[in-house]
Formats: sequence, C-alpha cells, structure tokens
Amino acid sequence: MEMHFDQHISRQFNEDLESLKTEMLEMGGMVTRQVADAVEALANADSELAEKVLKVEEEIDRCEMELDEHATLIIAKRQPAASDLRMVMSVIRIARDLERVGDEASKVAKMAIALTDEGTAPRGYTEIRHIANAVRKMLNDALDAYTRFDVASAMETLAEDEQVDMDYRSAVREMITYMMEDPRSISRVMNVLWTLRSLERIGDHAKNICEQVVYLVKGADIRHGNEKNMR
Amino acid sequence: MTTMTLNAGEAGPAEDQTANPASESAVEQSAVKARAANTNIEVTGTVGSPFCDDAKLSMRNVNVFYGEAQAIHDVSLDIGRNQVVAMIGPSGCGKSTFLRSLNRMNDTIEGCRVEGELTLDGEAIYGPKVDVVPLRARVGMVFQKPNPFPKSIYDNVAYGPKIHGIASRRAELDEIVENSLRRAGLWNEVKDRLDKPGTGLSGGQQQRLCIARAIAVSPEVILMDEPCSALDPIATARIEELIDELRQNYTIAIVTHSMQQAARVSQRTAYFHLGKLVEVNDTETVFTNPEHELTEAYITGRFG
Repeated sequence: MEMHFDQHISRQFNEDLESLKTEMLEMGGMVTRQVADAVEALANADSELAEKVLKVEEEIDRCEMELDEHATLIIAKRQPAASDLRMVMSVIRIARDLERVGDEASKVAKMAIALTDEGTAPRGYTEIRHIANAVRKMLNDALDAYTRFDVASAMETLAEDEQVDMDYRSAVREMITYMMEDPRSISRVMNVLWTLRSLERIGDHAKNICEQVVYLVKGADIRHGNEKNMR
Repeated sequence: MTTMTLNAGEAGPAEDQTANPASESAVEQSAVKARAANTNIEVTGTVGSPFCDDAKLSMRNVNVFYGEAQAIHDVSLDIGRNQVVAMIGPSGCGKSTFLRSLNRMNDTIEGCRVEGELTLDGEAIYGPKVDVVPLRARVGMVFQKPNPFPKSIYDNVAYGPKIHGIASRRAELDEIVENSLRRAGLWNEVKDRLDKPGTGLSGGQQQRLCIARAIAVSPEVILMDEPCSALDPIATARIEELIDELRQNYTIAIVTHSMQQAARVSQRTAYFHLGKLVEVNDTETVFTNPEHELTEAYITGRFG
C-alpha cells in the first residue's frame, strides 16, 4: 500500500502530519551531526568540539519533548487511524530512540574529553573508527529509509546491526587483551570500551528506527526478532 | 458495474429514514469528487474475512434494487452470534439498505427488490412462509432518531409484548417492562414516572427507551441504524456501554458514521463502498492496518 499523508480532506491534518514528520527528521539530522562530532572530537582529541556536543544535547532533549507534545495533540484532535496512527506512533518511538542516540553521543564526547586529558597514545582507536563509521551509516540509512518509506532498504540496514555486534564483541576481546598485557592501561582502555559500547548501542537504535519504517509502511510489528510478522 | 462512479440513484430511498442533513452529504460528495483518483479503484470482491464459524445471520450474494437502480452488489457476510458487527462507509454506500434488508424493513419501500440468500439461524428470511411480524420481533431495530410512541413510558415498552402475545397479564407485563428498562439502563431514571409520556424524556433517554422497547419482545438480533447520531457525547457513551452489555444476550449489527464508535463497540467491521462490501475484518485490524486501500482512505479521512 502506498503512503500518502497529503490527501486528507482536512488540509490542516495534512499539515500537522507533515510537520510532525519534518520535525522528527530535523531531530534526526541534529542527532546524526552529534554522533559525527563526538567521534571526530575523540579522533582529533578536540575537547572543544566535545564540549559543543554536550551543549547541543539539551536541544535534542527539548526536541523529543516537543515531538511528544505535537504527537499527543494530533491524537487528541484527530484520533488518527491506520497509516496515520502508525505514522504518529512511529514518530513517538523514533523520537525516543533519537534522544538516546543523543545520550550515547554525549557519552562518547565525555570519553573524548577524558581521553584527551590523559594524553596517552590512542590504542583501540582503529576499532572505534571502524564501528563508528558502520553505525553512522546505519543511522543515516535508517532515517533515509523512513523519509522514503522504503521497507527494502530498512531491512538491509537492519541486517547490518549483526555485523556491528560482531565487530563490537571482537573489539572488546581485543581491549581485554590490552588490559591483560598492560594493567596500567586499564583505566584508559575502559574509556575506550565505554565508547565502543555507546557506538554499539547507536547501532541498536538505528535498527529500531528501521523496524519503525516497516511498522509504518506494512503495519507489522517486527521488534524483538518477530520478522515473521511481516506479511 | 466496472468503474466506480458516484451514482446519486444508489443512495436510494433507504437514506430517507436516516435523514442525513443535506449539507453533510453535500460535503461528502464534493470530497468524493475531489478524491476522484481514489474512487477509480475497482472493487472486485470482499477482502478480509466476511464469514465466521458461528453465524447467527448469514448472507450470500445479496443484491438489492430500487427499481432499476442497484443499491447492493453481490454482498456476502456472516454476523456471528453474540457479536457486534459495525457497518461503515460513506453516505449512499448501501450500508443502511443492507441493514434494513436483514429484517425485511425494505419490504415497505415500493420497487425495492432483494435477491440472494439471507438466513437467520439457517432459516430463509425471505422464505415464502415467513411472516414479517414475528420476524421483526426476532430481529429488532433501533433507528437514528429516537422515535418513542406518543404513549406513556410504560406503554412504549409494553406495546410489543402485548401485540406479539408474549404477555397479557398485568403482572407479566410489569416484569417485562421493568426488565427491559433495566437492561436498557433507564429504569432508575424513569421508575417513578412510568405513566408520563415517553416523548417527554431527553434524547438519550428516548433512545434508551427505544432500545428497551426493542428488547422487550426478546429479540435475538438487534439492528441499529446510527443509534447515537442525534445524541450528545454522554448519552452516546451510555448507549455504547449498553451495546457492549447487550452483546452477552443478543447479536448486534450497527450502522455508524462515527469511526471511533465502530472501533469502540464492534468486534468486526464491514466497510461498504458504492453498494459493494469492500472489506470485513476484525475491528482491530481495520483500524490499525486495513487490507484494502479504500478502507484505509475512508477511515483516515482521505475521502468520504
């Protein structure tokens, strides 16, 4: 079934839904930027950029609250049904995921500041860069799939999370080896581990967004491995 | 009919009873024109699950004509025992016509012809030996506008049992009247003024009186044609609550223009479009993820 959110008898309803989607995608844009900045701050030991990430996080929290409020208003005023209802529900869920991606980006920024302060040679950065690139692509593709109501591309992106999880596990093993070789590095490598953990979580949130694309377009709830629900 | 166009003739005399305000209908019709792209979709059959295992009413290949104009095209549908089926669709889609053919209310309309197989507990509703008076006692009806008789509250409810010979003695009648009014949730409000005219009650009370009148003759099925459209939200909530209680004992078919009402009171929803039955599904499915494009367009306010 094709998605049309601009064909209601009520023009106001068209506009309400359109602006809800636009707001969510704007929030998505901000969050994507945050992840990129946080990773860059870490790679370049740029604590100024890391501080900026921490400041922008407040804005993202505000975005989530505004989106929630607008979605609530649409439900109260329009009692949306079918694809309209799924659109509103998916926006509420994605806003929460985006907000958490924002939190993870902040954690990465904090680690960037901590690691910069320690000023030692950056071990484990290769793994960080690798996973960061993968989850940034996932996040971009997930939001892109939502914009285009593209289920096939959402499913592709969703599948990428498995590779990220594998890379994460292998990076963790690597970090443990470092710590065993050189116990003095434990505190620093722990910071790297937390960063990897945050990035891996961002991949999970991107996967959740993909699931919402499927829910919006197909009406099927495939969360928690229920891909059989797709008809 | 292969292309879907809005044919004024299809609205037919059935809409007279429901008496939609002309302005509402005009708005709907212009909306249909504005979304002409939507209405070009051909309806070839019914999607979803029109049949069920424990059918109280069973309709197969039903066609209804008003003279030359065909108002219902090949509709097949089961209405399950102790189930509420909601019939929705834009004005003139034939849902009222279809509802009224279930207890032969269309018989009174000149030139109206009903074809197909319609059965109540397996017995033909249009069988040659069927007497419509007891049939309508088994399949009762509640209309859009509350229409109490110009009689006392008591007589409104007692009238049916009297003429159908269900009760003759005063004590029996008293019991039926009290029971019916209790079931309709009206007893406490009227028990001290049963001799006052039914027309003196508020709109919501009058509608509950009509429901009490319908259930006084112990029907098996209750047909409701937009029973809440003339009522305020509080009276509407009471009637909806009542419909849910009545479901324990009766089978109910309700025509409604309120999507939320259909979503709230029914277990299955049937969507009609230009005389065809487009989709029948669990109400939950219809309102969260309908199968047919036209159902989706209608319930989300994209046309109709």
